[in-house]
Amino acid sequence: MLKTEQVASLPAAHPAPAARRRRSGEWWIEQLIRGAGLSTIVIIGLIFLFLLREGLPAFVRISPLNLLGVRWYPIEELYGLLPLLVGSLLVTVGAVVIAVPLGLITAIYLGEIAPLWQRELLKPLIEVLAGIPSIVLGFLGWVALAPLVQQAGAPTGLTAFTGALILAYMSLPTIISISEDALYAVPKEYRDAALAIGATEWQTIWRVVVPAARSGIVIATVLGIGRAIGETMAVMMVTGNAANIPALATGMFFQPVRTMTATIAAEMGEVAQGSLHYQALFAIGIVLFLLTFAINSLASMLIGGGKQQRSNQL
Amino acid sequence: MTRQQTNRLAKIAISLVAALVVLPIVLVISYVVYNGIGVISWEFLFTAPRNGMREGGIWPALLGTVFLTFGTAIAAFPLAIATAIYLAEYAGDNRLTRWVRLAIVNLAGIPSIVYGLFGLGAFVLFLKLGTSIVAGSLTLGLMTLPVVISTAEEALLAVPQEFRTVSLSLGATRWQTIRHQVLPHALPGIITGIILGLGRAAGETAPILFTVAAFYLPELPRSIFDQTMALPYHLYVISTQVPGMPLSLQYGTALVLLLVVLSLTLVATVLRTRMRRRRQW
Amino acid sequence: MLIFALAACSPAAESASAAAPSPQRVIQNKGSDTLVNLALAWAEAYRQVNPDLLIAVTGGGSGTGIASLINRTVDIANVSRHIKEAEIAAAHANGVEPTEFIVAIDALAIVVNLANPVSELTIDQLSAIFTGQVDNWKEVGGNDAPIILLSRETNSGTHVYFLEEVVRKGDPESKAIFAPDTLLMPSSVGITSEIRRNPNAIGYDGLGYVDPAHEKLIAVAAEAGLPYVMPTVATGMDGSYPIARPLYMYTAGQPAGAVAEYLNWIQGPQGQQIVAELGFVPLAAP
Repeated sequence: MLKTEQVASLPAAHPAPAARRRRSGEWWIEQLIRGAGLSTIVIIGLIFLFLLREGLPAFVRISPLNLLGVRWYPIEELYGLLPLLVGSLLVTVGAVVIAVPLGLITAIYLGEIAPLWQRELLKPLIEVLAGIPSIVLGFLGWVALAPLVQQAGAPTGLTAFTGALILAYMSLPTIISISEDALYAVPKEYRDAALAIGATEWQTIWRVVVPAARSGIVIATVLGIGRAIGETMAVMMVTGNAANIPALATGMFFQPVRTMTATIAAEMGEVAQGSLHYQALFAIGIVLFLLTFAINSLASMLIGGGKQQRSNQL
Repeated sequence: MTRQQTNRLAKIAISLVAALVVLPIVLVISYVVYNGIGVISWEFLFTAPRNGMREGGIWPALLGTVFLTFGTAIAAFPLAIATAIYLAEYAGDNRLTRWVRLAIVNLAGIPSIVYGLFGLGAFVLFLKLGTSIVAGSLTLGLMTLPVVISTAEEALLAVPQEFRTVSLSLGATRWQTIRHQVLPHALPGIITGIILGLGRAAGETAPILFTVAAFYLPELPRSIFDQTMALPYHLYVISTQVPGMPLSLQYGTALVLLLVVLSLTLVATVLRTRMRRRRQW
Repeated sequence: MLIFALAACSPAAESASAAAPSPQRVIQNKGSDTLVNLALAWAEAYRQVNPDLLIAVTGGGSGTGIASLINRTVDIANVSRHIKEAEIAAAHANGVEPTEFIVAIDALAIVVNLANPVSELTIDQLSAIFTGQVDNWKEVGGNDAPIILLSRETNSGTHVYFLEEVVRKGDPESKAIFAPDTLLMPSSVGITSEIRRNPNAIGYDGLGYVDPAHEKLIAVAAEAGLPYVMPTVATGMDGSYPIARPLYMYTAGQPAGAVAEYLNWIQGPQGQQIVAELGFVPLAAP
């Protein structure tokens, strides 16, 4: 499709003198629009630069030994990032391990098996899930889910698992949507061919369609990871916020943890501007920014070049 | 087991998993409605909290959310529309455009707490706006940009090319074409995008934690430089900080927040469907 | 006098208040979560005394309050621990002279689940428990179950007080800190909520936040051999309960006008009656 700009350069678009005057007035508007277009790059650059400005001093002032230590206890100048990284990691991995299979299978159901009336019913429902604010899910996790986890035998209901479970549900709409697209993009011929040689529906789905949609599923996983790492309120209310690296054992997921996001949210209010603690929290912000930047750029690359992402996947 | 049996078993298992995914959504909503509907009343919605917030209503928080939502719209709308117009009408297929798109995708991926951090450092402290509605709106506005840009761009691209070519061939300038031919037809879609973005912004807590939210204010904010209470933060506070807080009021607040956010999303979705049906092309 | 600093920062508000200085309309009061409900009760009651004055109350922790005082964004900071040297230095660097007022006394209660058989602990035992050296209830006379540690966040004055007086047993040279797997709860209410549903949890809270009908209070002895004392208003006032501390409000410099009147009222009979009503320990009569 031709852009307005390209159409405007066609011979028919050359104006007469009166129109030329109008044109120059519009030049300003068009410059504004071009400026706006570049603004997103400027904004993200600004955000990163600001984070650097406030957080980089922490990397300088705090020794690497401290930063890579296992204790995060700011009032004693202990700024070990490891427990926070591990906390975020455990919760994210848990969420993705739960959400990707569930999401993929639901996408299979919606795309390949469900009758139309169910699809019409379920898709809005999944969009509703996408709309539920994280604080509401965190609240329900705190009052309803955590007690259940504890009754099931965990030492406390506030664990990495509880956080992962809630995060998994929050990531599901994204994963389902992208998986659906990926499955839909598999050409009809693949399915027809498989069925024609006698494969059952299940064999077609599992052996033909899903492998063909592999790259889309990978993208869904990557975006799910990005979504999970960045979540704050829901995990803050149910993971117990203990800056601890759980021992490598079977009960690992049922220990309390402290994520990077919850650390910032819980401690930011207390810090005096410019203090070491303030800078350390911005340093965590830098880490989070870089992590999500890497994940999103990876996903973008996988999706392919300059194609625009569907708005409902953002 | 025969292939037919495997097939049937697999389909059943898949259906069960899908149910496992979808049922909790219904469960969660019903649970909140069931536990919260009892306290919803005129008084609850429109009076202020009393007795250390253990009684009374949520009016200041509700109003605060309304203010912030409007503020977000004002902060995000102009820039988002302009960017969308740029992408849809002016941008070439070159490296710069790819960078712009990369920037948008990454803006969408930034954790909400990092937005809050940036808002605190840049708007509250650096620009000395203080914890205020304006600082909070700017922060939320930034966060909402990607969603609005994307939907607006989609809406603009959906306008058929013929509109543009005919207008230009009649001697109109590029901007005139956009302003009079493209925008009006794209406007419903653009508005849908804004409402969707606002729905998300209304439910966010992390960006407003340090930029605008207050635990308890004795009076309503009088200017955009004041703090305000807000529903998401209010829910957080009453569920974790207030001793003896009746559980029913907590659920009631959660329900109101849920309704506010979901109605915005519903309005946007309905608009989008009606627009698609009404479209004459 | 001190026009509310926050509004004064923004240009628009500045022009509005450029006219003759009016009596202060709003007091910004922020800080300790331990104090927040007390501060809220005071604010609500003071509206009867001075209906024109509005007092905005926010929590966030003692650290938050002091940080805000240093950043000049509040009139009164609520703090449940003593201000630190580093904070005083930071305040001076910003031209702020922190001025201290004691507004109530808080007995710090050690709480466990109602089903927990343990009833008495010494400070030594508490220190061993909260540093993780003792991690099973049977080591202090209870069931064979892991001890789940609950604490406030590091920005809480209560946390710091507990660290200094219990974990470090009042020894300023000690470097002991909480065990890494201590759950940091967002507030006093968070602690009592988890205590109620977790039979193996132990935590600490200001007396004003504890409901003996739902949480079990532990009697504390300063040392083995000394009597075990339950935290009550009486034992807090007469000093027999070993972990009781003053609650403070700090202002930037000597307060004047509305803020001074408010602080006076808080330390007076009406303010102190509210202290008692909320379960805190009133200041001894002068």
